[in-house]
Amino acid sequence: MMAALRDAFLSAVIALGLFVPMVGLVLDNGDRGLVLRGRPIAAAVLVGLVFVGRLVMHLWADRPGKEARTIRASKIVPKAANRFVAPILLAAAVLLPLTGSRYYVDLGTLVLTYVMLGWGLNIVVGLAGLLDLGYVAFYAVGAYSYALLAEHFGLGFWICLPLAGIMAAFWGVLLGFPVLRLRGDYLAIVTLAFGEIIRVLLINWVSLTHGPNGITDIPRPTLFGLRFSMDDGDDTVAGFFGIEAETIHRVIFLYYLILALALLTNWVTLRLRRLPLGRAWEALREDEIACRSLGINVTTTKLTAFATGAMFAGFAGAFFATRQAFISPESFTFIESATVLAIVVLGGLGSQLGVALAALVMVGGLEMLRDLLSTVGEQMGSEWFSGLAGDLPTYRMLIFGLALVVMMVLRPRGLVSGRTATAEMR
Amino acid sequence: MSLLSLTGVSTFYGAIQALRDVSLEVNEGEIVTLIGANGAGKSTLMMTVCGSPQARAGSIVYDGTDITRMPTLLIMRRRIAQAPEGRRIFGRMTVRENLIMGAEVAGQSNIAGVMDEVCALFPRLRERLAQRGGTLSGGEQQMLAIGRALMARPRLLLLDEPSLGLAPLVVRQIFSAIRTLNRETGLTVLLVEQNAHQALRLAHRGYVLVNGAITMAGSGLDLLARPEIRAAYLEGGG
Repeated sequence: MMAALRDAFLSAVIALGLFVPMVGLVLDNGDRGLVLRGRPIAAAVLVGLVFVGRLVMHLWADRPGKEARTIRASKIVPKAANRFVAPILLAAAVLLPLTGSRYYVDLGTLVLTYVMLGWGLNIVVGLAGLLDLGYVAFYAVGAYSYALLAEHFGLGFWICLPLAGIMAAFWGVLLGFPVLRLRGDYLAIVTLAFGEIIRVLLINWVSLTHGPNGITDIPRPTLFGLRFSMDDGDDTVAGFFGIEAETIHRVIFLYYLILALALLTNWVTLRLRRLPLGRAWEALREDEIACRSLGINVTTTKLTAFATGAMFAGFAGAFFATRQAFISPESFTFIESATVLAIVVLGGLGSQLGVALAALVMVGGLEMLRDLLSTVGEQMGSEWFSGLAGDLPTYRMLIFGLALVVMMVLRPRGLVSGRTATAEMR
Repeated sequence: MSLLSLTGVSTFYGAIQALRDVSLEVNEGEIVTLIGANGAGKSTLMMTVCGSPQARAGSIVYDGTDITRMPTLLIMRRRIAQAPEGRRIFGRMTVRENLIMGAEVAGQSNIAGVMDEVCALFPRLRERLAQRGGTLSGGEQQMLAIGRALMARPRLLLLDEPSLGLAPLVVRQIFSAIRTLNRETGLTVLLVEQNAHQALRLAHRGYVLVNGAITMAGSGLDLLARPEIRAAYLEGGG
């Protein structure tokens, strides 16, 4: 008990050191420039939470009867989870636009974009075991490929979608070649640098990319040649079907588009896993030397993993560009790579369902928490809650970190641990 | 007829010479063992045969073809299979997947049939087909490593220290499986071992490697009887 108290106190001291500058001090716009304002109560509350939480953790770990429990071996096949959760999630995803709420459909589109990126990165990190910290680069390549092809050649979304994927895959191979001999941390550093190179290139190559100003007026996608537009032409969706034109039509169309793209990613991954190539990726993650001794072509195996992962990021990038109608290098910073990687790791490396759940929690959950806090703030007329809601995006990394630490403690192998075998009894 | 022959092979790691002018023959249908102390170059020799690292001098001929400068992945597709040192099974993949990996790359189309043969040789693997490789015991993992190599239906099987870290009883099981294979299918085996006693009793012929050079050669029983071998590798030596 004494030891637990002392440890909790030490944790609180560390928390104090962290939270005073991070939370306790705020820069505000004053009458004459910036003013430093103190926020001692918020910092104190957080430090108190750390103290209590650490104490509870100790008491929980030392509770009587703990020793009798043995560590559960992780199950090979999380069958029950896959059987029920995945179809329910899929059904919910398909039915979501029926709510007619623009907020939820928009949020769903955002979540699905990250689900797709997570599934794409999962091929590289989860299956092939190549730690890629610059995944956002391929997302950017896809987005800019579409934006530039549309701007200079007037190409539409559906022609550019495969081109963006091919372009990104090409860059994936280009990155793959120099890093063939690297593993683990070294690979991570080089891919991190690659992600930054692409972003800096986009900022500085002003003549091509318009630099920091980004590219505007990126064309929206069409449905078999029909535009989503408010005017009443024959070539608009509304005009063709003879319905009232509403902006939500396009929002829902975009939602189903990313849902289809994400499901395509999932389907391809699941198919590839059962093919020799997919098995070779996994074998590569397990043991590269054993792969060589079996005569596997390690070079092509790695490059195809990079290329396939990058291709899906390229698709997602093209989708992002067409959805936003505006892109700039700011959308492709390291934080995006980190978010997607966190989603893959939290989900459980290699688990498709886990990645979807993690994206839902990390992207959707955070957004909804912010919304909830601001609603509560308005209802209660409390400055404090509204302020917290406004600050929440700033604390995103803090919450990510916290979630990762909690996961390390509770489920070190990710939300859905264990992999499904690629070959079953026949 | 010799299936594999090395002539004057020298291998270097950077500036360090690991193999000095090594010549050896492995005839079709033979079990040949290579014994030697830690760091003598046994594993290097095996890896040189596989082309990684490549020999700097000398020539390696397999089945009438010079494979000295051939890339590893092409060598491994010529019905040479290797069970590498330290087993190196795919821990998070199932036993079945491990076995499939051995067959797929080699272009083996009758996977189910070959898997049956391998499971007949190592019945323990059949029981554990759906289990993860990493959950097997050391002996079972070694069986899996050998089984994975056999999935390619090789003509030449390279075994790198299959007895490493295993109980004597398990070693005997594995060695007897190798003997059975050799007798029944005529599989040629090159076996690298520190466990000189067992290896020499199993093998038709043996070579002794000291500091990267072959110092002695002869039939297994002949080497086993030599006093210098007894002193260096058998009686508390190696």
